[in-house]
Amino acid sequence: MPMKVAVIQFPGSNSDQDAVNGVRVIGHEANLLWHKEESVGDADAVIVPGGFSYGDYLRCGAIAQFSPVMQAVKKFAADGGVILGICNGFQVLCEAGLLPGALVRNRSLQFRSEQVFLKTVARDTPFTGGVEEGRLLRVPIAHGEGCYFADEDTLASIKSNNQILWQYVSAEGELTDDANPNGSLDNIAGICNQERNVAGLMPHPERACQELIGSADGRAILESMAAWLERRDAAAA
Amino acid sequence: MKAKITITPKKAVLDPQGKAVQNALEHMGYDGVTEVHVGRYLEIEIDGEREAVEKQIDEACHKLLSNPVIEEYRFELE
Repeated sequence: MPMKVAVIQFPGSNSDQDAVNGVRVIGHEANLLWHKEESVGDADAVIVPGGFSYGDYLRCGAIAQFSPVMQAVKKFAADGGVILGICNGFQVLCEAGLLPGALVRNRSLQFRSEQVFLKTVARDTPFTGGVEEGRLLRVPIAHGEGCYFADEDTLASIKSNNQILWQYVSAEGELTDDANPNGSLDNIAGICNQERNVAGLMPHPERACQELIGSADGRAILESMAAWLERRDAAAA
Repeated sequence: MKAKITITPKKAVLDPQGKAVQNALEHMGYDGVTEVHVGRYLEIEIDGEREAVEKQIDEACHKLLSNPVIEEYRFELE
């Protein structure tokens, strides 16, 4: 059974079509879900895509968290639904309180648009289960406010619960300052919640699903979600 | 009634904007500048009893206007 992914579309989303494409090229179903909808329907998973929701007015993701569809997404999360926030979607999930911490302006003050390498840290989640041990993922980033911040206590709890899913590393897999494109604490590129069903990352796996456009490494994340959902459904059957 | 709200980054949060402005000020010759923080300022026109308005603005600051993870806010009513 193909997984059915609802890709949220806010005014100002710009990676929504990329997310739909990414899911479809790996052989699954994806449909857009307008921000005024009050239910995620029969979706197996939700992607909150990148872009500039509501113009990023006030703060990135600040206004999106109060949209009707986000109330449905919060309920989906509470019921154990699998949710991935990408770039602006990561910011939205943090603002909505579904993920700890916040994303602030890149330390360099530059908008960074480039390829990065990601090390997968925790592999016991729906988003990372299919990524082979030691494999680095080469995926693009495109953001101005992707510097991950959390206060000391929050960061300590994220670490002790193994909630760091991805870190920026060099091509050799080393955690270096040079490999950190935005100044994120501990080179954090993506995290999950304590329950491990909600994750967010600044890089764009959905823009790295075809060799034709530079990398197909992003497939590993979307395929992990599909495989995890299939296992869950098989166990429930 | 008018609520004047000031939102600033918390001290523990990196403030590269403040740093960039500080550097510019130093280049311009303002020697005594020791710290700069860039935040936001909002003015909200709102009707109601002072006590109720204060409660509403405080709640709005906490829920939407600021992000308590990275920012602090203060406001006055006039």
